[in-house]
Amino acid sequence: MNHNQPVYTDNDPQEELVTLNLGPTHPATHGVFQNVIQLDGERIVSGVSTIGYIHRAFEKIAEHRPFYQITPLTDRLNYCSSPINNMGWHMTVEKLLNIQLPKRVDYLRVIIMELARISDHIICNTIIAQDTGATTTFLYLFQFREHIYEIYEEVCGARLTTNIGRIGGFERDFNEIAFAKINKFLKEFPVALREFESLLNRNRIFIDRTAGVARVSAETALDYSWSGPLLRATGVDYDVRVSDPYSSYQDFDFEVPVGTSGDIYDRYLVRNEEMWQSVRIIEQAMEKLKHEPPHIFHADVPEFYLPAKEEVYNNMEALIYHFKIVMGEIDAPKAEVYHSVEGGNGELGFYLINDGGRTPYRLHFRRPSFINYQMFAPMSKGMLLSDAIINMSSMNIIAGELDA
Amino acid sequence: MAEDTNHNLIEVLSTRFGDKVTAVSEPYGLLTFETSKDVIVEVLRFLKEDNRFNYLTDITAVHYPEKHQAIAVVYHLHNMVAKVRVRVKVFISEHTPTIPTATVLWNGANWMERETYDLFGVKFEGHPDLRRILNMDELGVHPMLKQYPLEDPNRVDKKDEYFGR
Repeated sequence: MNHNQPVYTDNDPQEELVTLNLGPTHPATHGVFQNVIQLDGERIVSGVSTIGYIHRAFEKIAEHRPFYQITPLTDRLNYCSSPINNMGWHMTVEKLLNIQLPKRVDYLRVIIMELARISDHIICNTIIAQDTGATTTFLYLFQFREHIYEIYEEVCGARLTTNIGRIGGFERDFNEIAFAKINKFLKEFPVALREFESLLNRNRIFIDRTAGVARVSAETALDYSWSGPLLRATGVDYDVRVSDPYSSYQDFDFEVPVGTSGDIYDRYLVRNEEMWQSVRIIEQAMEKLKHEPPHIFHADVPEFYLPAKEEVYNNMEALIYHFKIVMGEIDAPKAEVYHSVEGGNGELGFYLINDGGRTPYRLHFRRPSFINYQMFAPMSKGMLLSDAIINMSSMNIIAGELDA
Repeated sequence: MAEDTNHNLIEVLSTRFGDKVTAVSEPYGLLTFETSKDVIVEVLRFLKEDNRFNYLTDITAVHYPEKHQAIAVVYHLHNMVAKVRVRVKVFISEHTPTIPTATVLWNGANWMERETYDLFGVKFEGHPDLRRILNMDELGVHPMLKQYPLEDPNRVDKKDEYFGR
């Protein structure tokens, strides 16, 4: 056989499908997960999602850790908005222990959680713009994530994996610099967000790339258990902050934006509007803080709240409580509790079973990215490859939350 | 209001399913009951179609090695209109861990059941694509079962009991 001759098959090259491995480390996936897709030209015929590349067995590890050591695990779920995860976990334990927090602590938590939501949405929306080719907006708004991280740094000392707060409140009061930085953020961020919107909202190219792409009906979204901005973009006004208020969200006046068609443009608009609402909530919280007794940053529950180090070294009771908490010997009721918070991507749930031991008997995380993402492969069928990429970024899949 | 709704719901369920609905409790206001695997799909369908629990929040499992029926499959459903949640548990045998799938009611149950299968070995009968999802296919065990330790049991330098665990 002459190897220089081209090989002809009976198959028409126009009919042949191309198999493409999108991921696990592809820049367009913004995280470690893989899709094996069959392409007919540029159109996707079928796809299979493979996940689990950064599965770290958090649920198993959590069965071997006292409650206070589980907070750093939750950091690493949705690492774009770690404080929401941390506080969701703290609130789950507080619900189990029936701890009522002072209003001031609730408001401080709301401030941090809404900042986290803004930083999460900044990432998602700027990346949608980036994937449609608009790098300017990405660079422009992304600096505000940096400002938010500086606020975290003032409050807890860390930036990305924050481990912020303790069961029963915060580890320390917010200092003056933190409040100054929050006020500065509230002044500067709306200006930038308005400019960000003016660059994209009525941008012909952006609208052409996103409007009408990856439409999802409300029925389908509910069938696939979607939550968060993705579900609200389809027109369902489900927000855990409103339907099941936690951390005194009922004291705040804010709106839940909903879309109509569930396409990428609607998801973008919903997230943008949520950033405006978050700013509104933070402003109200700052106002409310003025009417609360100052310097209260945790509930008065010494048997559950990890005492300050100076106390531990100088005070007998604090030493005892410190020892009991660290060894997981707190008197928690034998019960099971489900608590959910509105995370950046949707309903983040914690299902905790306590059997009276040192560690949870079972802890399950309801991770919105995991549940939202299962629809990606079925909905990509018939879509253009470049549309599927924006669809993926608009779903804001965070690999840490996907795999736990 | 939640207590009122829970009370009504449990009455409706008892009328429909009789003694198949057992162990009713309300930890932290969340109505919890047990049922058996032969009626689980009917119970879920009844909740979804006749009682507006149309949102499947979560499916997971819990392993209780000392119990006769050692694996509990736990469903969380949500009625968004009345803002009520309900938790349904089904205890199944560790040796024949099978249960009918909920994918006939919700497509969203697909990955939740795959995760439960991967971590606990619960076989969901009728599931369209029951493969491991988080762990590698060659793992051979279902790691969330209590008999599997967190650390390698042969390690001598890091025993859990030294750390109070």
